Amino acid sequence: MTNGFVNRDRRWHPAAVTPDYKTSVARGPRLAPLSFPTTLGEETGPVFGHDMLGALDNDLILNFGPQGEMAIGPRIIVHGQLRDEFGRGVPNTLIEVWQANAGGRYRHKKESYLAPLDPNFGGCGRCMTDAQGFYEFRTIMPGPYPWPNTMNDWRPAHIHFSIFGQAFAQRLITQMYFEGDPLIWHCPIVDTIPTREGIESLVAPLDMARTVPMDARAYKFDITLRGRRQTLFENRMEGL
Amino acid sequence: MVQPLNHLKESPSQTAGPYVHIGCTPNFAEITGVYPHDLGQQMITGDVAGPRIRITGRVIDGTGTPLRDAMIEIWQADAAGLFNSPSETRGQADPDFTGWGRAPSDMTTGTFTFDTVKPGAVPFVDGRLQAPHVTLWVVARGINLGLHTRMYFPDEAEANAADPILSRIEHQNRVNTLIATAEGDGHYHFDIHLQGETETIFFDI
Repeated sequence: MTNGFVNRDRRWHPAAVTPDYKTSVARGPRLAPLSFPTTLGEETGPVFGHDMLGALDNDLILNFGPQGEMAIGPRIIVHGQLRDEFGRGVPNTLIEVWQANAGGRYRHKKESYLAPLDPNFGGCGRCMTDAQGFYEFRTIMPGPYPWPNTMNDWRPAHIHFSIFGQAFAQRLITQMYFEGDPLIWHCPIVDTIPTREGIESLVAPLDMARTVPMDARAYKFDITLRGRRQTLFENRMEGL
Repeated sequence: MVQPLNHLKESPSQTAGPYVHIGCTPNFAEITGVYPHDLGQQMITGDVAGPRIRITGRVIDGTGTPLRDAMIEIWQADAAGLFNSPSETRGQADPDFTGWGRAPSDMTTGTFTFDTVKPGAVPFVDGRLQAPHVTLWVVARGINLGLHTRMYFPDEAEANAADPILSRIEHQNRVNTLIATAEGDGHYHFDIHLQGETETIFFDI
């Protein structure tokens, strides 16, 4: 059991220090990270059961307000497949999401943007992938929001994703953006990703095939975790 | 020409941002009524085996300022050195111990806290034993890619000296950045320095 995961490509991910995103300057390590063969502590990770989820955990339109009261904003379904770099679906994995409301306002005490809170929108949700790695949740489309970086920086509409995978080595937090949003190409946080191809891999296309007519549009966001070279299952090695 | 390699690329990381609590610890962020409790708050769920310990610490930036908006997760073996995971092939881990914890930095002091057990030793890939350790993962505003590191124990000097990872560190004067300080009564303190003279060793695992 050695090197069970494909190495992270650190020229594909953002660098630690990306000066146009000002906060990274004092928070990014300057020294090189230490490489070593992954051990059991990196090749294992926490596992959560589907029974942990509440009925509305994957419905951000309904999961915060009083029963039946809906959040305001464009109704959307976000769905996709979680797979690894070899294209294999990653099953039974927890995905957590958070976002601002339709006006770009987060429900957080440190947030002071003047756009109002929506009394029926909390902004958190979670779901688990099925046996093939597919997931979905329902929400409202978040608004762009201004943030103190330069004096006129605006985040594109985005949804934050936290993904566990099957091992601590796969742990990932990222953000999903929306097809056609012109702010994507102005954002210093998006721009921490070194390649246009990498940025585009975080932009979800409008998916008319999965739209629910007269109800909600759909966006498809596939997520890729590090490739697992071998699958450990019930004390049996599978694959190579 | 050769056949194209059709492997996918990992989704690029993005910062967790200042409002990571909304999604990961909503009750801490005062978004109540959505989830019954915040995940990872309780690692000990019953009559767990092994010595109970408390880990506190801070994440400190390059100016010496503690982060008050970080989120830290830990993953560790139980007291017998077994992981509570389907990928654990060596035996059944303690059912009363999750092995995984998640804690936000306090919004005023920047301190994070885990109540856990002291982990047992786990073998390295070549069979040698690693010293007892806790794996940490740190995300925050300004951190573009989650940072992996480890916390080792100050009262395990002999095991630490023989640890296959600590001993492969070229700059041995940096090894102490991975060793917690003992505060007594099973309390260990571990500050993570993102930058500067005492920059913690982070891992590319």
